[in-house]
Amino acid sequence: MTSITTAEPTDLVPGAATPTPGRRRAGGGLGRYLLVRFLLIFPTILILVTTVFVMMRATGDPITAAQGGRLTPEQLAERIHAAGYDRPILVQYLDYLGSILRGDFGTTISDNRPVTEVLTTYGAATLELAFYALVVAFLVGIPLGRIAAARRDRGIDATFRVSAVLVYATPVFFAGMLLKLVFSVWLDWLPVAGRATTGTEIELQRNGAGTGIYLIDAISTGDPAAIQDVLEHAILPAIALGLLTAGVFLRLVRTNVIGTLATGYVEAARSRGVSERRLLRKHAWRPALVPIITVIGLQIALLLAGAVLTETTFEWKGLGFQLVQYLQARDYVAVQGMVALLAVIVALTNFVVDVIAALVDPRIRY
Amino acid sequence: MTTTVIPERAPLYKRLPVVHQLRSSVGLQRGMLVAGLVLVAIFLLTAAFAPLLAPYGFGQLRADGELFGSQQRPSSDHLLGTTVGGFDVLSRVIWGSRTALTTIVLAVALSIVVGIVLGLLSGYFGGWLDRVLVVIADAIYAFPSLLLAILAAIVISNGQASKWGGIWATAISITVVFVPQYFRVIRAEAVRIKAEAFVESARVVGAGHVRIMTRHVLRNSTRTLPLIVTLNAGEAILTLAGLGFLGFGISPTQAGDWGYDLNKALGDVTSGIWWTSIPPGLAIVLTVLGVSLVGESLNDLADPRLRTRRRAAALAGTVGTTTAVPGGVLAAGAEGVAGVDLLEGADATPLAGPTPEDDAGSRAANGDDA
Repeated sequence: MTSITTAEPTDLVPGAATPTPGRRRAGGGLGRYLLVRFLLIFPTILILVTTVFVMMRATGDPITAAQGGRLTPEQLAERIHAAGYDRPILVQYLDYLGSILRGDFGTTISDNRPVTEVLTTYGAATLELAFYALVVAFLVGIPLGRIAAARRDRGIDATFRVSAVLVYATPVFFAGMLLKLVFSVWLDWLPVAGRATTGTEIELQRNGAGTGIYLIDAISTGDPAAIQDVLEHAILPAIALGLLTAGVFLRLVRTNVIGTLATGYVEAARSRGVSERRLLRKHAWRPALVPIITVIGLQIALLLAGAVLTETTFEWKGLGFQLVQYLQARDYVAVQGMVALLAVIVALTNFVVDVIAALVDPRIRY
Repeated sequence: MTTTVIPERAPLYKRLPVVHQLRSSVGLQRGMLVAGLVLVAIFLLTAAFAPLLAPYGFGQLRADGELFGSQQRPSSDHLLGTTVGGFDVLSRVIWGSRTALTTIVLAVALSIVVGIVLGLLSGYFGGWLDRVLVVIADAIYAFPSLLLAILAAIVISNGQASKWGGIWATAISITVVFVPQYFRVIRAEAVRIKAEAFVESARVVGAGHVRIMTRHVLRNSTRTLPLIVTLNAGEAILTLAGLGFLGFGISPTQAGDWGYDLNKALGDVTSGIWWTSIPPGLAIVLTVLGVSLVGESLNDLADPRLRTRRRAAALAGTVGTTTAVPGGVLAAGAEGVAGVDLLEGADATPLAGPTPEDDAGSRAANGDDA
């Protein structure tokens, strides 16, 4: 390393004359970037899955955790032996990696179901909630961010920014509890918890499309009452989870618009006499939106964590709700499997988001 | 720090992190900073004087041999009523500030130490260690922090929480989540600074690696830490509350814990009982709001795009004074892209930028955000 740094000045002096040193030469085209980015998924997943494995094994074997005290030591030892938890840790680790490669994330102890089945059963609910939350975040965060940037440092900007900080400072479960208290208990406008009333759930199971996404199922039954019921149940959780992300979007849009409004080409347009309103609408707006794609990728991780808390608050029977049930049952095989599976999902979505971002913004192709 | 291109030495007290920003702020920004500082001060004072302020103990169930009773409405005996478990709400909220403060201090201190050591080694020496650490930090960073904290809490306390066991478990869980952030920031700064002329000079004079790392690189890479510390302090309280809410809280006989109280209050909400959930919730909100307002203001004052003219700022970037958040996106998200942009701006400047090899490394570091 030392030799490289000392050799640097002679290397770079000719490079300094050309406007683009280093970067263009080292970088490839879009294809190369996508390939590198794709290959990066595997170490990422390996690291996460290993982290989860090591952490969960550090607590001892899952069978003792789940059933310790309820069985005699002999029964316990027998169960541990049957599940293979008495083998050397390295063998268990390789075995674990192998089964993940085959798509097997383990079988839960408490209700004896494959973790992948838990995912397909409850994943739709979490997906639905995350989708609603993103809609709320877009509808609230992006327009307000634009207004805040246009009215920079005035009263309205201050109000929005303080609200954004306030929304960030509010734990999502406390926001959910407040919403419940006000809109469900005091005003009695909306249901307290759950994804639908029991009657609607039975109707959806009988006549629905069976996607697990209740809104689609309700639409497929063609029953307006069912659709209304499903939507009414979704409003409060969507707001609680969506506002958190809306605050992030607001800040991001505001910062980016202010940034693009200060760039050279906007300055040039301004000097040609283009009105401020048109500058914002035609020149500064669209480039400011590109980074949002990237942030959505980061928000997915945040949404998943938020979903665990929101689902618990509203008894929304999705992955997060189920994860907490398994945590309380001390079913660490289920916890390990679900967290590992979520890690894979996060890694894959991040890849997809990066690809989209690279397609939209040529500057990202390193 | 950010207002002048050529920094002049001011008296020491004026150059202290927060004091400096307070002096250089105006209007709304100053208002936000002052409001944040006031909230933080209230929080600190509450934590410090909890035994004097709280009417009862955090685990106290009876006074004068008489039980408080469960879910009692606010009254003169219990200004904010009692919880479902029969504790005094106001007392638990006040005692909770102690738990929160202890956790923040432990978590931030631990992550700073670990993050700085790893970041310095990684950024300064580069090579395979750097690559491996960057990939690991990125992988952990992309993962939902709460899930990671849950796993860590299982490992450390196995769900059994004594007072210090619970606080340590939470603090270490939060540390696991935070270390990648400090690592990224310090590493990015180290990569940038080690290419500067003064490091080169130190090496020519014959200074060893340790001396260069601690004297020259470390001292110049800690500039953005106050900002990240404030943002992380808020995040730490939220994670503590989230863990408590999910049932990894500290048991009520050991310490006050806002998240635990909210968990127990979840059922009360349905029956219209507001006094068990709103006080601890508001305590969390106001505390996080206070630290975030301070952090937000510091960030704005450090970010040239939000404060000074762009030209002057870009110039200052090459002498290394204005990078807002060099490591990339923080959990809050919004400032990150600005930080990355600035970093790239610095890279594009010849000579001041890192070597091509390190450039590739720093791109990998930012790869997930960019």
